[in-house]
Amino acid sequence: MNDLTCFRGDRRLFAGLDFTVETGQVLHVSGPNGAGKTTLLRILCGLTQPESGEVRWRGQSIGELKEEYAREVLYLGHLNGLKVELTPVENLMAWAALHGFELGEEAILDALAAMALKGIDDLPVKVLSQGQKRRVALARLLLGRQPLWILDEPFVALDRHAVGVLEGAIEAHLDGGGLVVLTTHQAFTLATGHLCELALGG
Amino acid sequence: MWVAFKWVLKRDLMLAVRGRSEVLTTLMFFIIVVSLFPLGVGPERETLAEIASGVVWVAALLASMLSLGRLFSSDYEDGALEQLVLAAHPLPVLVLGKIIAHWLVSGLPLVLLSPVLGLQLGLDGETLAVLIFSLLLGTPVLSLIGAVGAGLTLGLRGGGVLLSLLVLPLYIPVLVFGAGAVEAVRAGLEAQAHLSLLGAFLVLSVMLAPWAAASALRISLD
Repeated sequence: MNDLTCFRGDRRLFAGLDFTVETGQVLHVSGPNGAGKTTLLRILCGLTQPESGEVRWRGQSIGELKEEYAREVLYLGHLNGLKVELTPVENLMAWAALHGFELGEEAILDALAAMALKGIDDLPVKVLSQGQKRRVALARLLLGRQPLWILDEPFVALDRHAVGVLEGAIEAHLDGGGLVVLTTHQAFTLATGHLCELALGG
Repeated sequence: MWVAFKWVLKRDLMLAVRGRSEVLTTLMFFIIVVSLFPLGVGPERETLAEIASGVVWVAALLASMLSLGRLFSSDYEDGALEQLVLAAHPLPVLVLGKIIAHWLVSGLPLVLLSPVLGLQLGLDGETLAVLIFSLLLGTPVLSLIGAVGAGLTLGLRGGGVLLSLLVLPLYIPVLVFGAGAVEAVRAGLEAQAHLSLLGAFLVLSVMLAPWAAASALRISLD
């Protein structure tokens, strides 16, 4: 059902890249700093236009699918995309509305509790620590209903417990027929799913 | 789609309420600029009434420009803009939500404050009403046009100055007809022609600006 075919050919950072991600598969994009990992991820989710080539989702070009594709993608970049004046709950509700589904407060509180953020859900995000902010951002993974996750360095600034929760979330997502594309320099273990490596640069 | 639109609007209004000082600076700027004129030009009622509409309009123009910089920049810095662009809804609709929030926060207060400043400059009765009405029609146009400029200059160093160079010339028609409406009434003519034109600007910019701003944002994020 979910298969993603990508034809890429960017002359600057990488050229003639050509790969497919299938259901239940994790694509780990690796490479040294500056190899173009983030750029590749931004191209995959449609933020950046490739120099040449195209990204296809279920056989259709994402340029044609536009919002239909956006509905299927959960992108988490280096930046958390949280408004610091708002509380985690408000942030996540606004995010869900933007991505085409509604969340009850209960569901959000459960997700925050799973991320070990219980009790801080009514504080503005600006008083949270770096790792806590990251965990609020990652709570989206527990709430989102998108089949394709594109995660840029999801493990950065997380403690061991949160890394475990995140790995669990990825496993559950893959078992449910999801796809994950991620970059990381940290080692991570997954009990299920098919892990592929894509090495850039060098 | 309207749920998302409402949330964009609501979120920006909540942010404005929680970061009140930014809103108040724009408003204070407006008041101070207008108040400087009686001090500089002198307190003659006739002279002041003559320049009043122009003064209030120019001050409104500058005040609205001042607040444009933060329309998209904070979202750009914290990554909320990426999430907005990747949302499952048409970007122009969401951008329109942001623009409306921007106007409610930085345009509408100017409109509400203008009668006081108009009185200060010696305007009366009908001219005051026309001034308010022209600002009500004109300030949303300023926010709409400004959003395109703000989108284009996003992330550039010295973007603020560039933004004013880009946007102020486009504000000229609004200024001419906005201030012109008040002048017409003072000269004993009908203001309707000027106000109709302002209305036309508003309709046109509502239709075009969100799309242009959305494309500008996509380019800036690329």
